[in-house]
Amino acid sequence: MSGVLVVMEQRSGTWNRMSFEALAAGLDLAAKLGLECTAAIVGDAVQSLPWQSDTQPKTVYAVEDSLLKDYTSDGFVTALEQLIRKLQPGYVLFPHTYQVRDFAPALATRFGQVLISDVIAIHDGPVFVRQLLQGKLNADYRHSSTGPCFVSVQAGSFRAEASSGGSMSMEAFAPALESSTIRNKPGERFRESAQTVDLTAAPLIVSVGRGIGEQDNLPVVEELATALGAELAASRPICDNGWLPMERQVGSSGQTVSPKLYLAVGISGAIQHLVGMKGAKTVIAINKDENAPIFEVADYGIVGDLFEIVPALTKAIQAAKS
Amino acid sequence: MKIVVAIKQVPERDAPIRIAADGRWIEEGDLSYTINEPDAYALEEALQLKEKTGSGEVIVVCAGPERVESTLREALAKGADRAIRIEADDLQSLDTLGVASILAEAIKAESPDLILTGLQSDDLGLGQTGVVLAELLAIPHATIIMQVEPTGAGLKVKRELEDGWFQHVEMPLPALLTIQSGGNKLRYATLMGIKKAKTKELKTVSPTTPPTAPAITLERVYLPEKQKKTEMLTGSPDEIAARVVEKLKFEVRAL
Ligand SMILES: Cc1cc2nc3c(=O)[nH]c(=O)nc-3n(C[C@H](O)[C@H](O)[C@H](O)COP(=O)(O)OP(=O)(O)OC[C@H]3O[C@@H](n4cnc5c(N)ncnc54)[C@H](O)[C@@H]3O)c2cc1C
Ligand SMILES: Nc1ncnc2c1ncn2[C@@H]1O[C@H](COP(=O)(O)O)[C@@H](O)[C@H]1O
Repeated sequence: MSGVLVVMEQRSGTWNRMSFEALAAGLDLAAKLGLECTAAIVGDAVQSLPWQSDTQPKTVYAVEDSLLKDYTSDGFVTALEQLIRKLQPGYVLFPHTYQVRDFAPALATRFGQVLISDVIAIHDGPVFVRQLLQGKLNADYRHSSTGPCFVSVQAGSFRAEASSGGSMSMEAFAPALESSTIRNKPGERFRESAQTVDLTAAPLIVSVGRGIGEQDNLPVVEELATALGAELAASRPICDNGWLPMERQVGSSGQTVSPKLYLAVGISGAIQHLVGMKGAKTVIAINKDENAPIFEVADYGIVGDLFEIVPALTKAIQAAKS
Repeated sequence: MKIVVAIKQVPERDAPIRIAADGRWIEEGDLSYTINEPDAYALEEALQLKEKTGSGEVIVVCAGPERVESTLREALAKGADRAIRIEADDLQSLDTLGVASILAEAIKAESPDLILTGLQSDDLGLGQTGVVLAELLAIPHATIIMQVEPTGAGLKVKRELEDGWFQHVEMPLPALLTIQSGGNKLRYATLMGIKKAKTKELKTVSPTTPPTAPAITLERVYLPEKQKKTEMLTGSPDEIAARVVEKLKFEVRAL
């Protein structure tokens, strides 16, 4: 057992940018442990994909088969199992994408291992840090088994310098696959009906979370948004409940915004929300829990009851504007 | 269709969190518990599938200490037909493979057509137990599912992808799906339902296979360090409002 293998992701010939963050984490881990770092990419005819990083692993394996053209868990698990048995890496790293969530736990199970998922940092040891309770706590994990250690890394946790340069020739790896073992039939990707609000261009956003309690309380934040001339956005539970339309959702399964101001009201700051708004220039958060993770990314924090703070703020803004 | 729903009991979201003395988990004594949110959506999907097809059975399964029976009773009150608690007094001593193994053993005995889990637990946030369970049972799976449609021999499901994209996937039965929140509207338990739940079967089973040594171990939990210097604004609501207005005027230039 030796080496670090980073499993990268592409779709229809386009890299998933998170792949290069996972690669950065893999190269770093390999350097720390004095191991070699290799990478793999899975698909059909992916060997000619232009490399998009200045950093280079020792080898990149193009795991290719026509049955791997469209993603299926069965196809990917079977193909990667064969590659891992051949290379015998000590560590296998992935970006924590939706696709990786779908197959990596099953792949680890094939080796009697458990994926350490959604890792935000890797310390000496190696110790893998991941979040508990939606970001309220961090936890240190260690691999305590003898097989390969499977790890997926969270978006934005490891820095990958964007680059169009660099070149890398890939080595082909042809897995033995049979179409009869692929049980799922994936369809085309699609979006729901056209979006009518474009939050991505909004300079000012007031965003509301579950702290609002019930739908009837929404006017409290709507009035603040109106006073500021801001767009109203929300966390997922607000849209799940149907209190606001889905197109106002910010986060990994909603919109990614980068306004001048993001004013988060009663939002705890789970990672799936943060990835959608971390690019905001100034973040102001109002939350009654001083340990809410949203304060970790806020420039200005207000610990208090939104039902007291928000109306006062609305009034002050109206006064300042008139 | 015979459907098993794996539900987990987790700390209430607003519960105050204190780190346990050994630094390896949180103090459980003073917590209140509830059903893991995506699991509530998994249960709702199962109940609606049963209602749509007009026949079948919905069985809820939870591995945990005695306290989880309150969550199982709640699921019965909402309409599940039967409940199984798998004895596991110290869930913390098991890793995902350990939890999935005891779930697999109990669920195998029921030979369901469909197994639903939540996509992720609120406390551990692993997002894996369902996929591992499917692998152990050697059945196909799909994750982050918003809609389920029976199609004669199998299912057509709607998978959520990143950034507002979706995809349909067709698959044969038996299968396992991990359910995302928001696909349906959740029902409340009716008074009638709560009364009926008292007479429904809630059995306890103990796992027969001894747990294997965990492949990964949680060594320490702690409060995260701040990544950014946050300036806290304090005072009365009016004082805070005045300071925010200042920031909006001179720093954000939003006013
Ligand atoms: C695959 C996946 C994708 C996801 N995609 C998204 C996504 O795109 N967007 C998204 O937002 N989430 C997403 N989520 C869900 C995410 O994990 C969180 O569950 C969600 O963001 C929590 O929303 P919230 O902060 O509004 O609610 P909670 O976490 O319940 O937080 C409510 C907050 O309000 C505070 N509060 C309560 N009352 C008051 C009061 N009176 N005054 C002030 N504060 C108060 C509380 O202290 C708490 O911090 C996703 C999850 C998964 C697993
Ligand atoms: N102890 C348990 N008992 C029953 N179901 C569980 C248990 N732990 C996890 N699950 C299921 O697995 C899903 C994913 O959990 P996790 O892998 O911890 O994120 C949950 O939403 C539950 O449906």
